[in-house]
Amino acid sequence: MNSEDPKQLLVISGKGGTGKTTIVASFAALADGEVLSDCDVDAADLHLILHPEVKTREEFSGGKVAVKDDNLCTDCGICREHCRYDAIDENFEIDSFSCEGCGVCEYVCPEDAITMEPVLSGYSIESSTEYGNMAHGELVAGEETSGKLVTDIKQKAGKIAEDTGKELIIIDGSPGIGCPVIASLSNVDLALIVTEPTLSGLSDLRRVTGLLDHFEIQGNIVINKYDLNLEVTGKIEELAEEDGLTLLGKIPYDSVVTEAMVHEKSVVEYSSSPVAREIESIWKKVKRALKDVS
Amino acid sequence: MQITISAGKGGTGKTTVATNLALALAGEYDVQFFDCDVEEPDSEIFLRPELDNEEPVNLKVPEVNDETCTYCGQCGDACEFNAIATFGENTLVYPELCHGCGLCSLVCPVDAITEVDNKIGKLRSGRAGNLEYHDGNLTIGEPMATPIISRLKKKIDPDGVSILDSPPGTACPVIESLHGSDFALLVTEPTLFGLHDLKLSVDVVKELEIPLGVVINRDGIGDDRVERYCDSEGIPILMRIPDDRDIAVYYSKGVPFIEKMDGWKERFLELFEEIEGQAEYQKRQKLIET
Repeated sequence: MNSEDPKQLLVISGKGGTGKTTIVASFAALADGEVLSDCDVDAADLHLILHPEVKTREEFSGGKVAVKDDNLCTDCGICREHCRYDAIDENFEIDSFSCEGCGVCEYVCPEDAITMEPVLSGYSIESSTEYGNMAHGELVAGEETSGKLVTDIKQKAGKIAEDTGKELIIIDGSPGIGCPVIASLSNVDLALIVTEPTLSGLSDLRRVTGLLDHFEIQGNIVINKYDLNLEVTGKIEELAEEDGLTLLGKIPYDSVVTEAMVHEKSVVEYSSSPVAREIESIWKKVKRALKDVS
Repeated sequence: MQITISAGKGGTGKTTVATNLALALAGEYDVQFFDCDVEEPDSEIFLRPELDNEEPVNLKVPEVNDETCTYCGQCGDACEFNAIATFGENTLVYPELCHGCGLCSLVCPVDAITEVDNKIGKLRSGRAGNLEYHDGNLTIGEPMATPIISRLKKKIDPDGVSILDSPPGTACPVIESLHGSDFALLVTEPTLFGLHDLKLSVDVVKELEIPLGVVINRDGIGDDRVERYCDSEGIPILMRIPDDRDIAVYYSKGVPFIEKMDGWKERFLELFEEIEGQAEYQKRQKLIET
């Protein structure tokens, strides 16, 4: 990697609802001025805390959908035979929810009755916040190609960093290990995994660390609500040790996190609770870890 | 009756609701359980099934015969997913981008492309007491969850009750899980994030024209904005699960809380009756409207 490229910090979790956005919002406040990015395009929440002022909002089309001209269609059924997504029903109507946008039907149709048309899959947005510029997105309800939108947002964040001379991009990732998460991993320097001490959290942590291994990305861990189940917290610590992941901190369970959210503020700005102090300490360690990655 | 438990936001309690509901119904009906969160399947932790079947999920990906390929590049031009491309005298396939549609082999003028199986995950099944259990599992590093969910859903018996635990979000894997359901049960929490993501889920479910209802989990935290939203939209709130440390601890240990806390099995049975009523009522309302 070019040494002048901005560093990328990605916050992920495997399991949803472990506190990614809570932590990213606090990091945004602590970092003061770095580039921010919300790549959880399925359910983007970071803007609810950071209150961005939208500068540009571009339509994003990442895929296509088959559209049929009923005047040309002879109900021959060849399209239905070839479609592998069951997107053409027995009356030869196209179900746009099942349509993958591959274009096989268009190719095989002897009457040229089918055309592939681009669909609006979402919006790619550039904003300013009081904590720095932000690249984020919105997926249109029920649309596909969230991975492509993530890639677009990341490129936008990279461009903002380049234009403004920033050295770090802080990225809020999505849950899971599939397409949008894999898209968010590209060129990441450090992944911070936010997990929780539940058996589900532990199982999902194993899968997400497997994913980081697969793409050879360095991961660190934060255990959120660690005091909810100390036994599982211990197991997560063991797993971190075995997998060579550094544990950067353990955040206690505290209703102040929800209170801060009700007030639409990051925890570190809302209070000086033990939660806020632990996040501050984690942020310092993250900065040090980022310096160490080349 | 196919009920899909979904949520825009992760960690709101989909698996908690899905597993407890399935267990409550298991003795009373023929119940199939499907874990459609194939990226992070966790319901096994709560249902502890005895698995007796495992099968691979393969996607067809192209394999290019270098002897016959003329490097014309038509396959790459046709592919909507950039999964195949010709550079000079080399045609390369990127299996992780391939959606398995077969268009490249159709367009190849010299029949240089054959399709081979690429394993992207697996399906497993077994029994958990009175429940028939099914899950899907995406191989780590593979991006495409949707084909696994679609294969998993082929096991649904339309005559019984099937409970589907959906992945979080609003993108393709969620649509695939919801598609064809008789009812969408959306689990949320009474917070700013919960409400925002609930609205996204409601948009998707309405787009799919599926009857819906809401479960508020961790009731008591946050504020009343979810409730006000549901009231104004006429969305029924079918259950409230209180913010209770015992429930959170049972969850952390992988224990379904209806097995430990009195009265909840009955409440989940009532939830099912309400779902049946709402599914029927909302379907009828839609017919009247159109």
